[in-house]
Amino acid sequence: MRMLSARLSSRRRSPLAGVVVLLLGLLVTGGAYALLSPATAQDSAAGDEALVSQGRELFLVGCASCHGKNAEGIVTQDGTQYGPSLVGVGAAAVDFQVSTGRMPMAQPGVQAPRKDRLYNEEETRQLAAYVASLGPGPAIPTAEQYDPETIPEEEREEAIVRGGEFFRTNCTACHNFAGSGGALPGGKYAPTLIGVEPKHVYEAMLTGPQQMPVFSDDVLKPEEKRDVIAYLQANEETPNYGGSALGSYGPVSEGMFAWLAGIGVLVGFAVWIAAHSTRSKKGVQQ
Amino acid sequence: MAIATNGKQAAKAEKPSKIGGAATWADDRLGLATIAKKQIRKVFPDHWSFMLGEIALWSFVVLLLTGVFLTLWFKPSMAEVTYMGSYDQLRGLHMSEAYASTLEISFDVRGGLLMRQMHHWSAMLFIAAMFVHMMRVFFTGAFRKPRELNWVIGGLLLMLGILEGFAGYSLPDDLLSGTGLRIADGLMKSVPVLGTYVSFFAFGGEFPGDDIIPRLYTVHVLLIPGLLLALIGAHMLLLVYHKHTQWAGPGRTEENVVGFPMMPVYAAKAGGFFFIVFGVTALMGGLMQINPVWRFGPYNPAEVTAGSQPDWYMGVAEGLLRIMPGWETELFGFTLSWNVFIPGVVAPGIIFGLVLAYPFIEAWITGDKREHHLLQRPRNAPNRTAFMVAMMTLYGLLWAAGGNDILAVVFNLNLNYITYFMRVAVFVGPVIAFILARRWAISLQRHDQEALLHGYETGVIMRSPEGAYSERHLPIDPARAYTLTARDRDQVYALPSGEDENGVKAPGTRRNRLRAKLSHYWFAHNVQKPTREELEEAREHAEHELAMHSGGHQHMPAGDYLGDHELDGHPADGHQFDGRHDVHGEELRKH
Ligand code: HEC
Ligand code: HEC
Repeated sequence: MRMLSARLSSRRRSPLAGVVVLLLGLLVTGGAYALLSPATAQDSAAGDEALVSQGRELFLVGCASCHGKNAEGIVTQDGTQYGPSLVGVGAAAVDFQVSTGRMPMAQPGVQAPRKDRLYNEEETRQLAAYVASLGPGPAIPTAEQYDPETIPEEEREEAIVRGGEFFRTNCTACHNFAGSGGALPGGKYAPTLIGVEPKHVYEAMLTGPQQMPVFSDDVLKPEEKRDVIAYLQANEETPNYGGSALGSYGPVSEGMFAWLAGIGVLVGFAVWIAAHSTRSKKGVQQ
Repeated sequence: MAIATNGKQAAKAEKPSKIGGAATWADDRLGLATIAKKQIRKVFPDHWSFMLGEIALWSFVVLLLTGVFLTLWFKPSMAEVTYMGSYDQLRGLHMSEAYASTLEISFDVRGGLLMRQMHHWSAMLFIAAMFVHMMRVFFTGAFRKPRELNWVIGGLLLMLGILEGFAGYSLPDDLLSGTGLRIADGLMKSVPVLGTYVSFFAFGGEFPGDDIIPRLYTVHVLLIPGLLLALIGAHMLLLVYHKHTQWAGPGRTEENVVGFPMMPVYAAKAGGFFFIVFGVTALMGGLMQINPVWRFGPYNPAEVTAGSQPDWYMGVAEGLLRIMPGWETELFGFTLSWNVFIPGVVAPGIIFGLVLAYPFIEAWITGDKREHHLLQRPRNAPNRTAFMVAMMTLYGLLWAAGGNDILAVVFNLNLNYITYFMRVAVFVGPVIAFILARRWAISLQRHDQEALLHGYETGVIMRSPEGAYSERHLPIDPARAYTLTARDRDQVYALPSGEDENGVKAPGTRRNRLRAKLSHYWFAHNVQKPTREELEEAREHAEHELAMHSGGHQHMPAGDYLGDHELDGHPADGHQFDGRHDVHGEELRKH
């Protein structure tokens, strides 16, 4: 219920609100049907078709207001895009955007922020299938592709070292040396990579959301993408040698701590020492 | 046990010649002739703010100790090696020996990481402590004659400390080191005409080359520490020769120093403070990660990372670079990069020049050629105080501008807006800060004036028979009154008449006019301490009031009263706690 009303309120601003209300009834019945009989959505081509049509329905309700009824994109009067065309972005893009909660966007803004996901896995698969049916694009990666666990034990360490090199060459400029995020011009930002699921890291590289460049398989081979993920994972698992990392933001936060913790405490001690002798001096005077 | 020693003035020749005058000038300040005199029972006054320089000194000692430890393992070489140490994420990678040995110190030398971190934290503290120490000296006017040269030495120490820190930051040859050197290279190259030559000379060819780290190493462990030591020595010798300044107060004059003798009290305290500084640095080194080079990776000109910033003391240069508009000029096919030259070379030069020259500039404006051993309270030099506050504001803003991307990420701000804001704020902010601080200081002066002439607010509210309320003021403690009045009256520099009796213009009239204007601005708004007559009148007034109150605690002699109420002449309960009387055994009467 919460999910539904959230969707409703995010739609209320849209000019298609009337359509949405009409479609809502459809959604409830259709969605309930789909959920109650998941077996239909399996293997065969007929199953695929069912997925696509269910996805299309979800899309019309939740996404069409920005991306257009056929996902062709909506261009506003002043020429900017309300929502880009999704033809050819592929299932991977949809899976990334929807599972990280970026889509559906709650309101137009410089960047769609990560938030709690609104569609469950089943619905996400349906949406992805629908968008994938519009034109060829990268498919949702399989676990063998992105999961560092699939790297043989004896090669893992080398993979991590290689991944580190790829990471520093391709990603740190935006995401920071520790993956703790960085700012981009115009209020945009590269989010933190800490705690992001391997699958989403892979999809992000594959589809290049928003300001992020696409790292196609020619630029970064699938194994190399997996190496990067292995490095990120290793980075998260290694302890913070040398104490608290102070946010991993580099010298600016270190400088702040030097002043607040270091000089602050030392000046406090100076005051303390001086106060002590003043008292003893007063004692002598009396 | 406080003791006082009387300062001895060096004997002065009657009428010195030009050269003799210069020698006397130097001797008055440096005491080269008298320096050998016994300094055994040197006295040091006590105040927390006099210990800030000590933080810097002890941090420097920690730097020396930990630095020596690091030299035992660090290899200042850019030769390529394959890392085979125990940090998994980099094993098998090609890197410079400098970087590999830094990793070795961090992960394979017992206590190495702690030493590295302590070294880095104490470097930050060293420079920060120098800053706060200089701020104290500045705010209290301790740089005035005869201590101008010690101020200059302090300024040089600060500059060398910053250079030393930058050299140290560059040594490990990690990604941030290299990025920092890249910027230094850019600064050098921005110098018109000479730039590329300077850069090629420094790097032994095209950036980065193979020479810079061994060269910086020599600079970092030998050249600058040597200079620092020598200057610190001179700084301390001058401190001992001049004797320490002190706050005004009863028994403290321009001629004496009141405090603790060097041995044993002061030495024990200073020694204790060393261990506190060492302990705090060790705690920081043990608990707070600093410069995690293993995360940055080895320097590679093709890589860069978000969060690339210099250590905090270079933050100003970074900030200037970041907010500078991209101005460039083409001249005869050469590009003049104002966008780098102005913020990177010209601005720091001006800032440092101002800092070093400040005592002389101020002395010129005020025309004050006297010796000063009593400190000024910041409020009693409103313009100076305000100038420093403006500088601190500028510094803070520029540092924030240098961390604009971090601010944007942490506070969800727009990077561009921060930059636009800073471009305006670095000009407007210091001016606002100056005006506010100046007015604030003058208000505080008024407050002192008030306390001297009308006494302090006792918090005792009197109700007159008519029902009117008033607060009683009582004269302040004579010791405090003495302290408040122990300052010089400011003298506005008066313009000598522009022409002599023959109508010949005095030389340098334009300069004098400027000086008179500045002096007027400097002093005219200050509140001067009350005159003797004013003080005496205030005292009489206070005595009169007291006499009136001592009987019935009423504002009006009982006979003058024409109202209907019965006057019982009985002080309201609680007056005995007005802080003026001995309240031992007193109680509220609870009626
Ligand atoms: C409020 C309008 C809005 C809604 C609703 C919305 N989107 Fe979007 N979507 C956008 C905008 C704007 C972008 C472009 C973001 C950018 O690149 O800065 C976008 C981008 C995308 C992309 C990435 C395209 C690419 O090039 O990689 C996908 C995939 C996507 N949306 C899917 C969806 C799906 C699926 C839904 C419905 C669940 C949805 N969107 C709902 C506005 C919207
Ligand atoms: C040009 C800057 C840039 C570079 C280079 C870049 N990214 Fe990104 N990245 C971004 C931006 C901007 C986003 C946010 C996109 C969004 O919100 O839709 C992002 C998002 C991501 C996310 C999603 C995080 C989340 O919160 O869901 C991942 C994962 C990611 N990037 C990984 C990488 C990896 C791995 C690399 C290197 C191969 C890389 N990025 C290189 C800019 C960049």
